[in-house]
Amino acid sequence: MAFREYKIGARLFGVALGLSMMITLYMPSLNIVEVGSTEMGLRKGLQYGRIGGFSVEDPFMKGEGKPLTVILKQDPQTGEQIEPIYAYVYKSGIPFTSAIRHPRIMGKGVEDLSLETGRIGEASQDAGAVFVVSEGRWNGKKIHYIENATATRNWTPDVVMGSVTDADVRYIGAGKIMFVKEGCWWCHTLLPEETQDWQVFGAPPRLGDFNSESPTALGSDRKAPDLLHVGSRNSSREWMMMHFFNPRLVQPHSIMPRFDYLWGQVDADGNAIDYDKWRAEYNEYTAGTRVYPPDVPMPAANSQARYLIDFVLNLK
Amino acid sequence: MFKYLFAKNEEIPPGTAAVYFGFSSIIWFVIGTGLGSFNAAKLAFPDFVTGYEYFSFGHMRQVHVMAVIFGWISMAFAMAMMYITPALGNTRLWSEKLGVWNCFLWNGGLSLALTLLWMGMTSGREYSDFPWFIDLVILFGVILPLGINVWMTIMKRRTQGIYTTNWFFGSAVFMVWIVLLVGNLPEYFQLTGLTEAYLTWWFAHNVLGLWITPVAAAIAYYTVPKVTGNPLYSHRIGHLHFWSVVVFYSTPAAHHLMSSPLPEWLKSFASVEGVLILVPAIAFVSNLLLTMTGKWRYFVDNVEIKFTITGVLMAIPLNMQGGFQQTRAINWYIHGTGWIVAHAHLALRGFSTFLEAAAVYYGLQTIMRRKLYSLTLANFHFWFLLIGFTIYWVSMTIAGLIQGAAKIYEVPYIDTVIAEHPYMIARWVGGTMVFTGNLVWLYNMWMTARAGTMIPAGRLPHELAYER
Repeated sequence: MAFREYKIGARLFGVALGLSMMITLYMPSLNIVEVGSTEMGLRKGLQYGRIGGFSVEDPFMKGEGKPLTVILKQDPQTGEQIEPIYAYVYKSGIPFTSAIRHPRIMGKGVEDLSLETGRIGEASQDAGAVFVVSEGRWNGKKIHYIENATATRNWTPDVVMGSVTDADVRYIGAGKIMFVKEGCWWCHTLLPEETQDWQVFGAPPRLGDFNSESPTALGSDRKAPDLLHVGSRNSSREWMMMHFFNPRLVQPHSIMPRFDYLWGQVDADGNAIDYDKWRAEYNEYTAGTRVYPPDVPMPAANSQARYLIDFVLNLK
Repeated sequence: MFKYLFAKNEEIPPGTAAVYFGFSSIIWFVIGTGLGSFNAAKLAFPDFVTGYEYFSFGHMRQVHVMAVIFGWISMAFAMAMMYITPALGNTRLWSEKLGVWNCFLWNGGLSLALTLLWMGMTSGREYSDFPWFIDLVILFGVILPLGINVWMTIMKRRTQGIYTTNWFFGSAVFMVWIVLLVGNLPEYFQLTGLTEAYLTWWFAHNVLGLWITPVAAAIAYYTVPKVTGNPLYSHRIGHLHFWSVVVFYSTPAAHHLMSSPLPEWLKSFASVEGVLILVPAIAFVSNLLLTMTGKWRYFVDNVEIKFTITGVLMAIPLNMQGGFQQTRAINWYIHGTGWIVAHAHLALRGFSTFLEAAAVYYGLQTIMRRKLYSLTLANFHFWFLLIGFTIYWVSMTIAGLIQGAAKIYEVPYIDTVIAEHPYMIARWVGGTMVFTGNLVWLYNMWMTARAGTMIPAGRLPHELAYER
């Protein structure tokens, strides 16, 4: 080999690169794998589904193959009133989130409770399943774990979906796809910093807030407010609707793009949306020849705009 | 190009792959900076081209970044490797045919990748935005063939030693292959949570540190001695540069996530290693500037040296920023602001681009044996790149400092947006100047191929620059 003269150099190169990868990849992974998932981490994983970016079940990023988040105010089996809870409905064939398929990533304790008390090992992707987040005790500590409500309470996806109306359904998993596809995270971070940031944008995320979420889309270049807790600051669906359709309707100085195209062809009542007319009237409004801006159409129940609004309002 | 895909290797003229790569890289540079200019216009004037999904900022931003990294910079690297590696080994490229195929697959793969990315098919991970099947194409269809050609050319060399440039070329292709493989593990195996967040930045850091920075530096190690006629000032300092890149530049990935809940030891370790980036930086800059001793008139006279030394000088502010902005004391102020955007452009558009542009200028003239069509246009290109970039960098640095102050004083965010507006316009002006300069460059190189004066055998292009 003509590298003969470089025997020592080539070996040293291997040692140096290997050592570097051991310190920067292997050693951190020992710490990260020990992290127990928080309640937020469990809920994020359950509501986003298997993956929030490109995936084989949703190659064109339309929000397909994602679970539904449902607000239950009564037990779907018995009909009796209960404290409102979030149930995460995976209809038949919808890929499970990583935490269900690999319970180990939830961390010690959360994994044990989810498997033993929550019976998540019995969930079947083919049959579909409904999950809830429950509170339990492990080694004297209060922790949250995932409960397979299909096994423990006999809440099947069909029963749960039959007991609620569209008003109680949130398309959060599909909304995360919109958030990633439309590049919201190029300007809005999901990472309040550990400086004074938290006074306005809320608490920085904790260690276990991410298990089972991918991509985390923390963002790096903040050209707009942090969104990790935006649903707590502003919970108005109407404001979000106007802001997405044309941000300048509610914030004249905003540099955010208009996302009116996410409304699609028709509004909530099935009427065709006339974008040209809307823009013409809006231009009259900005020119001062019209007193009020034109009304923003209500997004249809299965429109991408609705998915995105569901996602953003749920960032609490 | 297509006629050589199925020709016998011996029948392909030496340098063919390098010429294809050279022109491809210039075309991608025009596309990439055009997209950058368009994006900047949208940040300054949000209602500029509105209402179309495929022309919204969120769909185009990453296409700009990937076009310049994988189109312009990496193809210019491939171009440099295709002609410098054999030249330094006193031999021919191992396989010209593989090089032509590499260029063909690269252009096709990148066009497909950027189209899908533009449509919104993204992994949602910065710098590793491409879906996993595209990553596999890049690994096996783009980087591996390039590596095989470089490694085999070095092995079949007809010189005893290996020159500095070729250490960097050979090792950087290997390292970037590993980085692409490991950095995209979250996509192949759907890793989640902090692992995914950390590996995203492990990839982003190392693709810069183990690919773009060392290869750009390696090009300068060739260009300056070749054009000035001075030998490299110190082989030993070259060693120091090489080894400190491998050791210090491959470790600080976590400093991109200083405010995330990663293990504290990792952040502190990364921060210290990050300061040590100054070691390769100082070794590189001093070695190159001392090589210029006695030949500084080339900095004025010669277009390749003008580009190269400008890039080398930009490595000084680049690494001063890079070394210190990631320490906790400074990072809390400027993290996530336009300062970082300015710094990233200083690395890619400033430091790195100037070095590669010199290599493409010099390489295309040498291989095609054609003198540059117009020195005036080349100087126009240089000044438009330099002034456009400077406007961009200064305006984004100021915007970043405004954002940083607004961040720590808790100013309502919309006031930050208003305060930044003039700098967003300046950024657009600067970016558009760079785009304009590149259009002129493409014309100049095209005309060089078509109508440049023949360079006689045994002469070098820069010797004839001022002859008619």
